[in-house]
Amino acid sequence: MSFLEVTDLKVHFPVKGGLFGRTVGHIKAVDGVSLSIEKGKTYGLVGESGSGKTTTGRAIIGLNNITSGKITFEGRDITNIRKVSKDIRKDVQMIFQDPYSSLNTKKRVIDIVAEPIRNYEKLTKAEETKRVQELMEQVGLSPESIYKYPHEFSGGQRQRIGIARAIALKPKLIIADEPVSALDVSVQAQVLNFMQDIQKELGLTYLFISHDLGVIKHMCDRIGIMYKGRYVEEGSPADIFNNPQHIYTKRLVAAIPDINPRNRAEHIKFRQEVRSEYEKSYDKYFNSEGLAYMLQPVSESHLVALPEKG
Amino acid sequence: MSKELLKIENLKTSFRIKDDYYAAVDDVSLTVNKNELLAIVGESGCGKSALAFSIMGLHSRATIEGNILFKGKNIANLPPNDMNKFRGKDMGMIFQDPLTALNPLMIIGDQIGETLLLHNKNLSVNGRKVKVIELLKKVGIPRPEYTYNQFPHQLSGGMRQRVVIAMAIANNPELLIADEPTTALDVTIQSQILDLIKVLKEDSHAGIILITHDLGVVAEMADRVAVMYAGQIVEIADVYTIFENPLHPYTRSLLNSVPNSDETNSRLHVIQGVVPSLQNLPREGCRFSDRIPWVDSSFHEKNPVLHEVSPGHFVRCTCYKHFYFPHESKEEKQNVIS
Repeated sequence: MSFLEVTDLKVHFPVKGGLFGRTVGHIKAVDGVSLSIEKGKTYGLVGESGSGKTTTGRAIIGLNNITSGKITFEGRDITNIRKVSKDIRKDVQMIFQDPYSSLNTKKRVIDIVAEPIRNYEKLTKAEETKRVQELMEQVGLSPESIYKYPHEFSGGQRQRIGIARAIALKPKLIIADEPVSALDVSVQAQVLNFMQDIQKELGLTYLFISHDLGVIKHMCDRIGIMYKGRYVEEGSPADIFNNPQHIYTKRLVAAIPDINPRNRAEHIKFRQEVRSEYEKSYDKYFNSEGLAYMLQPVSESHLVALPEKG
Repeated sequence: MSKELLKIENLKTSFRIKDDYYAAVDDVSLTVNKNELLAIVGESGCGKSALAFSIMGLHSRATIEGNILFKGKNIANLPPNDMNKFRGKDMGMIFQDPLTALNPLMIIGDQIGETLLLHNKNLSVNGRKVKVIELLKKVGIPRPEYTYNQFPHQLSGGMRQRVVIAMAIANNPELLIADEPTTALDVTIQSQILDLIKVLKEDSHAGIILITHDLGVVAEMADRVAVMYAGQIVEIADVYTIFENPLHPYTRSLLNSVPNSDETNSRLHVIQGVVPSLQNLPREGCRFSDRIPWVDSSFHEKNPVLHEVSPGHFVRCTCYKHFYFPHESKEEKQNVIS
């Protein structure tokens, strides 16, 4: 039994139109996604904007309504997370993308970080302050800074406040939605190192959502690639980066800039080859609506979306 | 005719905050040659966009000191009317966010046509349309006649950025400034836009300044690289030197903090402290010294200047000679130097 199991998740948004605002169609943001995460591991969800990776993450934590599908967490059904017991809900927390807009500018840090604690535990003022100070120390910020406001912190520090809030209730699973995309490289390094540290310390499991394949490769034990609401490929980092099978994955991997300027000419040639292959074999990999097929296993750990007969 | 297209000498751009002036760009000197791509790298707040805006004369309330020589003519502090003769004609700019750079109420064709009209009053309406469609074709828009009549919101991010590029190159500029042209785009679109910029450079032999914080993009595109920190250029060299033999502590730290795709789960290098804000910038001594406190302060210069360590490779301050990463042992490092 895996730690988090998502089976055939679908999130469809209605499109309203016509005279009475009737539902005239659906946008299939997430269309049949299945994934499972093991305890203590990091699962990377990659895709371009609009691929449905964020919607998947938000659906798991209950921020988007689920159309159909099933989510189990430690063997318990949490598909309708807003209706399940509070004890389970506090085990799943989220880190948001933008540290500038995800913190309430009018609240002090102590109120931001203590908010989840206030929802679940009844602590005295002194106990609460002590708890928040401990959390601040844990994320590497000075305990005195709890009376400051978010604007007094830098981007990296703000993201740590967001992390402090996420770990305040000692969760087991954290959904990190593009946690470093808004940050500079050096600050990004800081936050990524720190996320790895607390993962070991607290035994956390991450669902790491990002469009940056470099970051994903650095952090994740298993990777899923999404395109238009469906999976195109899933596997270990070695499967995805060294042996990509689906043309879309190949194109994505080829698009990562090479950090060595000496390889420039080769890299461009490689990319052009992949691009022409993409154009030639598009029909082979996608159905008539331009969507990916169902996943088929190609090796023990490696799944690729290929047409039925393979 | 010399190859030198743009020469900047001791540029200082200051902004007024309350009653004091603070320099966002401080003592920057650089040159851009024809058919050369100079990349300017740095983190947010290091002054790279302020530098680009200074060159284009787009700051409305900044004090600009120093010289900006474009083909030998000083264009720093030129009155707006004179500047308009250069801007959009000899110098084009590609902005970061294509959605805010375009007018939402104007069709694509008119927006590009406007740039053409401003610099060539004799062009007929039909001639303009033909030229705009030619430009749209050049930047790789699949159905130019159709796109001509579309509004910006009807296009995808990548297509919008292509339109912005078409506007920038409408009058065949000799100098093109691209300010984070791909930051707002997905990786596959990014590679297409970068390829397009490369093709344009080969076709027109223009000089290009590419501003970015993405070292991968630099490695793919640049001929020469200038690394900026806190308003100053700390290191400038050709692209191979920057990646293979970086000297300044900031350049080395930056290169080390990028997740290297070959090793998973290793620790990334973290630069201690934060980029100082404009008001808190140390005005004296090495500006990077606060972030490498383990390097003895006596190794920094009092007034750091750029030293030419090999032809074309300049490094600011002498602290690079004594710099090592804290996890390396000091002895090892000194052995390497000697």
